[in-house]
Amino acid sequence: MAGLGRACLLLALAVCVYGIGASLYGVRRGRVEFSESGRRSVYALAGILTVAFAVLEVAFLSNDFAFNSVADTSSRTTPEFYRAAAVWSSQEGSLLLWAWLMSLWSSLALFLTRRRLRDVAAYATAILLGFGGFFISLMVFYANPFKTTSPAPAEGAGLDPLLRFPTMMIHPPMLYSGYTLCIIPFAFGIGALLARRVDADWTKAIRRFAFAAWLFLGVGIILGARWSYSELGWGGYWGWDAVENASLMPWLTGTAFLHSLMIQEKRGMLKVWNVSLVLATGTLAIMGTFLVRSGVLNSIHAFGGQTLGVPFVVLIAAMIAGSIYLVITRRDMLRSEHRLDSLLSREAIFLANNLVLVGLCFVIFWGTYFPLISEALTGQEASVGPPWFDRYTVPLALILVLLSGIGPVIAWRRATLANARRNFLVPCAAALATLIALLAGGVSEKPLAMAMFCCAGFVFGSIGQEFVRGTRARRAIAGEAAPVALLALVRRNRRRYGGYIVHIGIAVLFVGVAASSSFQHAAELGLSPGQSTRVGAYTVRYVRPTATITPKYDAAHTGSTLSLGALLDVSKEGRHVTTLSPSEGFYASQEASQGSVGSLIGGQPVSHVALDGGITRDVWAAIQPDIEASSLQRIVKAGNRTLPPEEAIVAISYLARAYLQHPPQAQFHFIVSPLVMWIWIGGLIVFGGGVIAIWPAPSSVRRRVASRARAARTLRGRGLARV
Amino acid sequence: MNPARKRTVRLVVALSAAVVLAGALVYTSFSAASPALSPSQLLRQAQPGRSYELTGTVVAKSVHRAGPVLNFSVEDRAGGAAVPLAYTGTVPDPFREGREVIVTVEKQGTRFIGEPNSLITKCPSKYTTAPPSEQQNY
Repeated sequence: MAGLGRACLLLALAVCVYGIGASLYGVRRGRVEFSESGRRSVYALAGILTVAFAVLEVAFLSNDFAFNSVADTSSRTTPEFYRAAAVWSSQEGSLLLWAWLMSLWSSLALFLTRRRLRDVAAYATAILLGFGGFFISLMVFYANPFKTTSPAPAEGAGLDPLLRFPTMMIHPPMLYSGYTLCIIPFAFGIGALLARRVDADWTKAIRRFAFAAWLFLGVGIILGARWSYSELGWGGYWGWDAVENASLMPWLTGTAFLHSLMIQEKRGMLKVWNVSLVLATGTLAIMGTFLVRSGVLNSIHAFGGQTLGVPFVVLIAAMIAGSIYLVITRRDMLRSEHRLDSLLSREAIFLANNLVLVGLCFVIFWGTYFPLISEALTGQEASVGPPWFDRYTVPLALILVLLSGIGPVIAWRRATLANARRNFLVPCAAALATLIALLAGGVSEKPLAMAMFCCAGFVFGSIGQEFVRGTRARRAIAGEAAPVALLALVRRNRRRYGGYIVHIGIAVLFVGVAASSSFQHAAELGLSPGQSTRVGAYTVRYVRPTATITPKYDAAHTGSTLSLGALLDVSKEGRHVTTLSPSEGFYASQEASQGSVGSLIGGQPVSHVALDGGITRDVWAAIQPDIEASSLQRIVKAGNRTLPPEEAIVAISYLARAYLQHPPQAQFHFIVSPLVMWIWIGGLIVFGGGVIAIWPAPSSVRRRVASRARAARTLRGRGLARV
Repeated sequence: MNPARKRTVRLVVALSAAVVLAGALVYTSFSAASPALSPSQLLRQAQPGRSYELTGTVVAKSVHRAGPVLNFSVEDRAGGAAVPLAYTGTVPDPFREGREVIVTVEKQGTRFIGEPNSLITKCPSKYTTAPPSEQQNY
C-alpha cells in the first residue's frame, strides 16, 4: 500500500514536469497538440493524486500503523468518524490534501476553458502544474505521507482530542479548497499577462472560480470560528491569531476583486487594480499556507517541527517578483477605458469599498507580520495584541457595512439629488428607526456597537428596498404572485440578487459580532456542588458532578478514557432556563512513565463545552475539574503500583466514583453572550447568497443548450455528425 | 476646475490620507507592541509597569492554583532561568507542565503578573509531539 502511495507521488511529480514542458512548448511554438497534452496532464495528476489520497485514507481507516502518519495522528480509540479526518491532521497528509484539491479544481477550471483562451490556458496550465510540482516535491523530499516503520507499532498516538469536533471534519478541506481555488485566478492572471491577452475574456473565465475561492475560504473561516467557540474552552470565536489572519487576508482581497471586477466589466476601468488583486490574492493564499508550516510566527494553529519555511519563502518571492514584473511590463495594455465621472457614483463607492477591504488587509498583514518587521527594524521581536487590531478593524468594518448598503442602490456614473432621495430615503429611515429602537431599549452605552446596528439597519433597508422594487416590477410585467415574482427575480438575476443576499448575511454576521463582543458577561471561578454564581442576569448553580468512563461510551463521543464534569442549573429571576453539562475529557497517552493508570488519562485534556444557544443569547459553560486533587491522585498512584495495564481501567472507575462522591472544587468559565447565533446565521446567509450567485443562470444554460443543439443541427445538415 | 487638475487634486488628497493613516498605523504598532522575551531576557530587562510577551516552557511541578489565581513558572526552552508568575483568566486546555506557552506579563514590584486571558499554549506540534531535536526550531 505504502509503495503504491510513494509510486503515485513520483509519477505525479513526473506528470507535472512533463505537463509544464508540454504546455510551454505548445504555447511558445504554436503546437496546439502539446498544449492539449499539457492540459490532459492536469487531469492525469488529479487521477494519480486521487489514488494516492485513497491509499492514505484506507491506511487510516484500517489502522495501518506501519504508516508513520497514521501512527502519529490516529489510534484504535479514535472514533472512526474522526479517523477519516485524521488524514489531513498531519503535516504530510495536509500537503497531500492541498495538492489533491488543487489538482481537482485545476482540472475543472481547465476543462471549462478547454475551448477558449488557448494561449492563456496553456500558460495557466504550466503555472498550476508548477504549484502541483512544488507541493509534491515537498512530500517527496521533506514530508512523505507514505513513510513507514517496521515493525509497525501496535497502537497509534491518536488524533489530537482538540480536533475531535464535527466541523473539524470539513474545516480544513473547505479552507484548502479556498486556498487552492485562489491559485486558479492567479494562474490565469499570470497566463493572461504572459500571453498579452488582458481583455475581458480571462476575467470572465476565472470569475466563477474567484467567487468559489471566496465562498470556500469564507465557509472555512466561519467553521473555524465555530470550532473555536464550541471546542477550545475559551469562549471566543476570533483571537487575531496569525494563522486565522492568514486565511482572512486572501478573503478580503478576493472580496475586493469580486466588486472591482464589476467595474471592469461595466466600464472597462481598474484593470491594473484587478489583475493586481488577483495576483495578491493568490500570493496571500500561499503565504497563509506558508505561515501554518514554517513556524516563522507564534500561533496555536501552526504545525510543529517545521522544515518547510525555506522552500515556501523561495516560492513566495518568485510569485511577488514575477507578478510585479509582469504588471509593470504590461501596464500599457491595462489602461482604463473610462475615468471616474463622479465621487457620487457606484464606481466610486465600489472603489471606496475596495480601498477599505485592502486597507483592512494591510492592517491585518502589518499586525500579523509585526514580530518579523519589528525584529528586522529594531532587533527586538515584538507583537501587537487584539486591542491594536480592534482599534483599526472596527471602524473599517463599520465603513464596510455601510458601503455594502450604499453600493447596491447608488447610480452608475453620477448620482443626482433626486436619485439619491429616491434610493436612500428607506435605508436612512431604517437606520434611524434602529437607532430610536436601541435608545428606547436602553442600549446606549456602547457607541461602536450601536453604530454597527444602525449600519446594519441601513443595509437591510437598502437591500430590502431592492428586492421589493424588483418584485413589484416583475409583478407588473408578468402579473405573477409576489412569492413567484420574487423567486423569478432571483433566478433570472442570480449574480446580482445572490450578491445582495451576501450583503444581508454580512450585516447579520456583524450584528452578531458587535452584540456578542460588546454586551458579553463572563465569570471565571471555582465552585463546589450546591454553590452558585451570577453571570449577567442569569444564576448558575452547580447541582452535582458527573463522570463517564471508557473511550467507547464517553459523553461527547470523542474517545476519551475518562470524562469528568458537572450538572448545572441555569435560572433567570428564579425561573429555570436550562440545564448544562460541561465536562472535560481525559485521553490516553503513550507515555509509559505515567504508569498503567496514569497513562490512561495522561494525554491531552480537552473541554467539552456546554452551550444553550438561542436566537437572543447563548449561555456557555466550560469546566476544569481538579484531577490533580490529592483524593483522586491517591487512586492513580495506588493503581499504578498494583494494577497491570489490562486491569488499569478498574482504577479509573474507582477514580470516577470518588469524584462523584467527594468532588473537589472545580474551576468554571461561564459566558452569556447576546446574539452569537446570528454570527452563524449570517454565515449561512452568506453561504446561501454565494451559492445563488455562483450558480449558472437559467438563461445562460438555455443559451448553451440551444447553441449546442444549433451546432448539432448544422453538423447533421452537412453530414458530419457522428452516427 | 478642469478635469485633469481635479484628478490630480483627488490623487494628492487620497495619497496624503493614505500616508497619514499608514504613519498612524506604524506609530501605534510600535508604541502598543509588547516586546517578546524569553524568561532569561525578561529577568534582565523587565521594567515595572511595562507589558512583555513572555515565551517559554512551563517548569515541572511549578503549577499551583490558589483560588482564581494560577501560579506557575516559565523557563527558557533550554532550561535555566525561570520566571514565576501569577495568572488569572482562561487557561487553555493544552496548558500543562513542560508545554510551551506565550503569556503577556507585567512586572509589579518584584512579581510578574500575567495579563488576564492572555495565556496561549503552543502545542509542541499542531497534532503530534515533535522530536526533541526539532523542538528548538519554533
